[in-house]
Amino acid sequence: MAALRAPSRPSRRGDARRTAVRQEAASPVVIRRVRREDLPQIVAIDATVTGLEKRDYWRSLFSRYGGNGRAERQFLVAEAGRRVAGMVIGEVRDWEFGSPPCGWVFAIDVDPDFRQAGIGARLLEAICASFRRAGVSKVRTLLARDNTLILSFFRSQGMMAGPFIPLEMDLDG
Amino acid sequence: MRGVKLQKNTYLALYSVLEFAADPERHVSAAEIADKYGVSSHHLAKVLSELARAGIVESVRGAGGGYRFAGNVRRLTLMDVIQTFEELGLPDGGRREAGELTPVGLALGVVLSEIDEIAKATFSSITLATMLRLIERQQRVVARRSPARAKSAAARERPNSR
Repeated sequence: MAALRAPSRPSRRGDARRTAVRQEAASPVVIRRVRREDLPQIVAIDATVTGLEKRDYWRSLFSRYGGNGRAERQFLVAEAGRRVAGMVIGEVRDWEFGSPPCGWVFAIDVDPDFRQAGIGARLLEAICASFRRAGVSKVRTLLARDNTLILSFFRSQGMMAGPFIPLEMDLDG
Repeated sequence: MRGVKLQKNTYLALYSVLEFAADPERHVSAAEIADKYGVSSHHLAKVLSELARAGIVESVRGAGGGYRFAGNVRRLTLMDVIQTFEELGLPDGGRREAGELTPVGLALGVVLSEIDEIAKATFSSITLATMLRLIERQQRVVARRSPARAKSAAARERPNSR
């Protein structure tokens, strides 16, 4: 799960960029399907948030989730002005872990410059609407329990602990 | 009450903070909260003064005085309130249980720590704003199940109406 993290420390070099961003942030936000040309901005947002640049990973996600019209697989972006302000990815999975079909959100990111503007909530709302159109009535996600920021975000949207418990063990030793 | 066992003062603090946070502008007296939750005003006063020391509420002097909320409902979590009164996962007074250092005691400790970690993550991820929404949802559930009871509860709440 890509994380929502605190914005990076302000720098003088970033002043001009922040002015431009403020103008973009004032633009109406549109939620739409991802396009190939969004990928560089998506990679940049993810790199800002996670500290890792993962071009191949995002290209692979685009090829699996982008560019089709199926409600079961969703890769959506929030666009403000001409900038990608955030994205969400998820899909409907059938009978995994013995569960009837349900929607899974497995990545959500908002550019730190666009936080506190309800964009994460709109992205989640949009993907939930797609899941409903696909015929499911439940949405789930999974994230690290020390990721309190994004846990708080999902809880603020009405999510509660589900009936599953993730388990793991070390395979060496 | 189900779930993790919190100390009595912690419960009182959570009840009080949620009352204040529901209407941050209103001054609420200790007696009003004590009456609503059936606890002693004297005991509650100690809890409120601890919350004031932590900067979560502030006391308001004079006529119509009492306490009011001083935090940010979107930032303050249940864990922030709980930690003002107790440290989750530590037995009362920090004392060790008999047998705690035996292999059986240590194995039980691993399981109990797992439960504590999940409880901490849950409390840390629920802001007061999220709790206020949950409370509203519970009020709607009660109203659907028993409209008459909800009506009489609303009448009882009227002096605190927001």
